[in-house]
Amino acid sequence: MTAQTSPAPVTATGLVKRFGEFTAVAGIDVDVRPGEAFGFLGPNGAGKSSTMRMVACVSPRSGGELRVLGMDPDVDGPKIRARIGVVPQADILDNELTVRQNLQVYGRYFGLSKSHVRAKATELLEFTQLTERADDEVDPLSGGMKRRLTIARSLVNDPELLLLDEPTTGLDPQARHLLWDRLFRLKQTGVTLIITTHYMDEAEQLCDRLVVMDGGKIVAGGTPSQLIANHSSREVLELRFAPGEHEQIAEKVGDLADRVETLPDRLLLYTADGEGALAAAHQRGITPRSSLVRRSTLEDVFLRLTGRSLVE
Amino acid sequence: MAAEIIAPRSTGRALGPVRSTMLVVAGHWAWYRRNWTATAISSVALPVLYLLAMGLGFGSQVRSTAALGGHSYLTYIAPALMAVAAVQNAAGEGTFPVLGAFKWHKTYFGVTATPITPDQVVAGQFVWMALRMLASGAVYLIIAVAIGAITSPLAIVSLFFSVLCGMAFAAPVVAYAATVVTEGNGFNVIFRFIVVPMTLFSGTMFPVSQLPVWIQPLAWITPLWHGTELARGIALGDLGFWAAIGHILFLVAMFAVGAAIARVKFRNRLTS
Repeated sequence: MTAQTSPAPVTATGLVKRFGEFTAVAGIDVDVRPGEAFGFLGPNGAGKSSTMRMVACVSPRSGGELRVLGMDPDVDGPKIRARIGVVPQADILDNELTVRQNLQVYGRYFGLSKSHVRAKATELLEFTQLTERADDEVDPLSGGMKRRLTIARSLVNDPELLLLDEPTTGLDPQARHLLWDRLFRLKQTGVTLIITTHYMDEAEQLCDRLVVMDGGKIVAGGTPSQLIANHSSREVLELRFAPGEHEQIAEKVGDLADRVETLPDRLLLYTADGEGALAAAHQRGITPRSSLVRRSTLEDVFLRLTGRSLVE
Repeated sequence: MAAEIIAPRSTGRALGPVRSTMLVVAGHWAWYRRNWTATAISSVALPVLYLLAMGLGFGSQVRSTAALGGHSYLTYIAPALMAVAAVQNAAGEGTFPVLGAFKWHKTYFGVTATPITPDQVVAGQFVWMALRMLASGAVYLIIAVAIGAITSPLAIVSLFFSVLCGMAFAAPVVAYAATVVTEGNGFNVIFRFIVVPMTLFSGTMFPVSQLPVWIQPLAWITPLWHGTELARGIALGDLGFWAAIGHILFLVAMFAVGAAIARVKFRNRLTS
């Protein structure tokens, strides 16, 4: 274990965000530990981004307590923002500046000297594999490159806490993996990461601990494996039939598993022994078009907790 | 060896309000340095073309009258066109670029994710606009002197009066732009129904005293009339002390009110 004397990166108690009549965040408790990767998993509209904006000190809270790096965003917003990095959901870049200028101009806002940002820009371009495009304008870059530049820009002040709002949405698999690798390396250096995502594989890959959000509330929390152990079975048997047959067959296999979920395109049977359940179904003369036995994932946890899929 | 995790210490820090504002200005400058050609035409060349067409061309057909104070038409309009240029600059820079920084490029949101505050963003915007007016006004002034349209050394003061006039108009325009959520069609109203009539009837091309008496008060509430009276008055040497104070107070008050509203609108939009 490592001894940590620095204050918790984020602590929130009963945190609320309202926009007029609408409550985006309905009283959440969060405690992020130094050096960990913490995730907010949930569908669009769950309140993840609103939470992130409050932590980033650009959106005042409507209620509850919030401390970021031990300080109150309402009082010390600029001081907190000086020490954190933010990767917003949509890339905010100066498209008419060069890649390098984007880093240098931005770095200056953090009170860094010209020579410091010049050296830092070179280092970050290397880190995000953008060195070859350093003196090109941003506009023609690919989506993956722009995303990497946004991440490079968020690191210009050597942040202690990095906030990533849907970091890989819209990226192709190769770009995603490159990005995950870079985030993992950052974590190795001791940077605390907070990530929102609606991709369960991303949450499983990156997060030490995560909370599941739905409708502005936290519905569960823990490590990915804890969440799966607490809210789902060890294995899942997926059965596909002709469209329209699922409802009817669900009744026939109900007793073969702890729980059965009926989705429009398949049945999910939650059980400790997927192969056994499949054999039992075959014995009853049930012949699915296809079948699959797999381990439970966070997707199953989410389905269990909210009755809905993450990506709809 | 197991990696010991040592929480890193950020290099970032929040600077004071003045230095932060200057960093916002530096951000505008970084953009301008690469993209200045696009706006140089409208902010520098256009006023010079006005001066040539109206002052030299049209002016050659105008007889100096008592209403013009006995000055040639070229000398009469040269300092006033400096104020016109500043107002047009305000309309150009305070509308779509401000809306774009909120809506399309979202640059303001990028800046306020750093230690820079919304107040400093709006202050930096105004300082930047004033510097632009000052720079293009200076180029205009040099050209006007070169062709003999301006002779008094006091015209340098006209330049600063023009910037004050431009900023008085810029502040409410920027405040309005900060509230626009559409594609900015409303800006056409500013251009067509405010900037153009103001340019034509605020005493730049001819004295307001030539207007029907009942219209004259309309001219008096425009910033351009006050700016024109100041810029022309000091350059041609017939600016009264108390008149000057009155005009300056009007422009300062207009800027102060506009800037205060802009400040609130920027805060609201950047910290929702």
